[in-house]
Amino acid sequence: MRYSGAKIFLEALKKEGVTKVFGYPGGAVLPIFDELYKEKGLSVYLVRHEQNATFAADGYARASGKPGTVLVTSGPGATNTVTGIANAYMDSIPIVVFTGQVSTSLVGSDAFQEVDTTGITRPITKWNRMVKRVEDLAWTIKAGYYIASTGRPGPVVIDLPKDIQVMETEFDYPDKVELRSYKPQYKGHPLQIKKAVEAIKKSKRPVIYAGGGVIHSNASKELIELAEKLQAPITTTLMGLGAVPSGHPLYLGMLGMHGTVYANYAVSHCDLLIAVGARFDDRVTGKVETFAPNAVKIHIDIDPSSISKNVIVDIPIVGDVKEVLRDILPHVSKLDTEEWLEQIEEWKKEHPLRYKNSDDVIKPQYLIEVVSDILGAKESIVTADVGQHQMWVAQYFKFKKPRSFMTSGGLGSMGYAFPAAIGAKIARPDATVVAFVGDGSFQMTLQELASVSEYNVPVKVVIVNNFYLGMVRQWQDLFYDKRYSSVFLAANEKTYIPDFVKLAEAYNVKSLRVEKPSELKSAVKEMLDHDGPFVLDVWVEKEENVLPMVPAGRGLLEMIEGMA
Amino acid sequence: MERTLTVLVENSVGVLAKVAGLFSARGFNIKSLSVSETEDPTVSVMTIVVDEDERTAEQVRKQLAKLVETIKVKDITEVPKVERELALLRISISRERRREVIEIVEVFKAKVVDVAHSSLVVEITGSSEKVNGFIELMKPYGILEMARTGKVALERGLYLESKEK
Repeated sequence: MRYSGAKIFLEALKKEGVTKVFGYPGGAVLPIFDELYKEKGLSVYLVRHEQNATFAADGYARASGKPGTVLVTSGPGATNTVTGIANAYMDSIPIVVFTGQVSTSLVGSDAFQEVDTTGITRPITKWNRMVKRVEDLAWTIKAGYYIASTGRPGPVVIDLPKDIQVMETEFDYPDKVELRSYKPQYKGHPLQIKKAVEAIKKSKRPVIYAGGGVIHSNASKELIELAEKLQAPITTTLMGLGAVPSGHPLYLGMLGMHGTVYANYAVSHCDLLIAVGARFDDRVTGKVETFAPNAVKIHIDIDPSSISKNVIVDIPIVGDVKEVLRDILPHVSKLDTEEWLEQIEEWKKEHPLRYKNSDDVIKPQYLIEVVSDILGAKESIVTADVGQHQMWVAQYFKFKKPRSFMTSGGLGSMGYAFPAAIGAKIARPDATVVAFVGDGSFQMTLQELASVSEYNVPVKVVIVNNFYLGMVRQWQDLFYDKRYSSVFLAANEKTYIPDFVKLAEAYNVKSLRVEKPSELKSAVKEMLDHDGPFVLDVWVEKEENVLPMVPAGRGLLEMIEGMA
Repeated sequence: MERTLTVLVENSVGVLAKVAGLFSARGFNIKSLSVSETEDPTVSVMTIVVDEDERTAEQVRKQLAKLVETIKVKDITEVPKVERELALLRISISRERRREVIEIVEVFKAKVVDVAHSSLVVEITGSSEKVNGFIELMKPYGILEMARTGKVALERGLYLESKEK
């Protein structure tokens, strides 16, 4: 069949199982949008800013495990996707971003709405390509989805010059692509696995440290099995939240800068650290010299370049987390960890996560707990923006399942939560989706109120409103003698700008403001019961700090504790 | 310490930019880089000399290997190999002293490839040390211009055969 490039694009996406494209039109993608107009099997979610298309596709990918798809125009359309692409790159999320481009004859001439998209996105994509011949289009799309979703997942950009969209060729979609230069290794090396098993057998104070790789590889079951079999405690990174249900007796919560005291103690005193799909990020390790100083370190990761990048490990195993854990499991058995677990219990009792609740003002931690409790056993997905509220969600929300939490981990991009929640809701319509946003973060992407209103996407936005860019204010409080430079976002202590309730109303989205702890529960219930999108503006304690905290560059034992 | 890596990559648009970008993004120090087609026109070979300690060089190697377009990366610093570099030097020289220079050129098995009234162009091929030594000796005469290819290298055949056994 002879098809135009635009038609090939559509047919290829359908073959990839894509049903929803997050997009925004423009001059250089008109031929494709014209085809989409005629198409029934593939619909466009029209965002109000291209950055949100990439975040929504990212949320879609995290919620479903399948790649998210973005379609934008050239020039500003492409540059607006950059933050979302960088975000997906840092957090290893499979998204495929299609950008329009000026016609091949104009490429390089500084034409209207021309930018060097492949050049700009080169360091933040796993792979990118400009399609220069319509004959290469089908293969490039196939390769794009394959590369994005295999190995260590990541974003792919495919740049589509306008003339390629119009030219015709025979459509023949390949069943698979073979790339001699790209062969992800899924099986762990048997010798390394043997070494790991030997090291595990000798341990009396093991800790499992699990990251986002466990979620990507759907290895939560195997991870818990390993912990239970060994009777070893598990801590997770921000990206690993949800891999272990929060009530699990062996679970220590999150480690690192705002991790639990007992997780950080456990890691600092363990004799064996099993890192599973985690990358020893600086927010996790603190000062690397003092990170798990006495531990033999096993590191399971699909990306060889993650190994010994920040912390030198003793036993690296390159492979897919799930496969490697499956290979380890039959060879290990219960360890003599009773004393170690007792010690950890003691730490848990002495240093629990805690805050001082109040009858007069809503504590942000209390807000998270209330939402978590009311959601209860309901199938739910939670997203968080970046800053204090993100850490409170990580600390106080009771996650039950993998793929139930998504946040901008590596890049730390404000504005992520709301569009990501949209993507998540579209991927899993049966789940209740709650976006915890900061009052600052929300203002970066709140124009999507228009799209959730238009499409009636029932995402629930909870604004953790403390009138400040809270995390920056916290650092200024602790390290800059309370010189609160450029962090106050309101008109005064009593008036926030904008009035989020009125703003939501302007978008025809239902909304409510809560200021009193006594009104919180009923407001949350009203939000969840409402059939449609909802904005809950919760005014919380303004100068609450996230604790515990390990100051940047310090060791994990140098935590600032104390009751917030 | 200097380390020599050879990288086989897909001979496609943007790969060189990607490799160069990787070095700047990760702060790796690159001493020389040479790129050319191989016996297979769809494959390019890059010979990269970095000035890094072993641990960083290991990261360089892994980061290069991670690129989707990379077929193979080898650190050949410590293996038996042949290495060559080519340099062209335009040397300022009066007619009277031309003989002196040509003598040095002969000792180094270099070649005079261009002669003008007041200058010569000399081609020298060899290890980087040899090229460096020659340049040093030419300096007093006045080097007007110079271009070097950067190092290229192949492992020694006997070494490869011994590995196969």
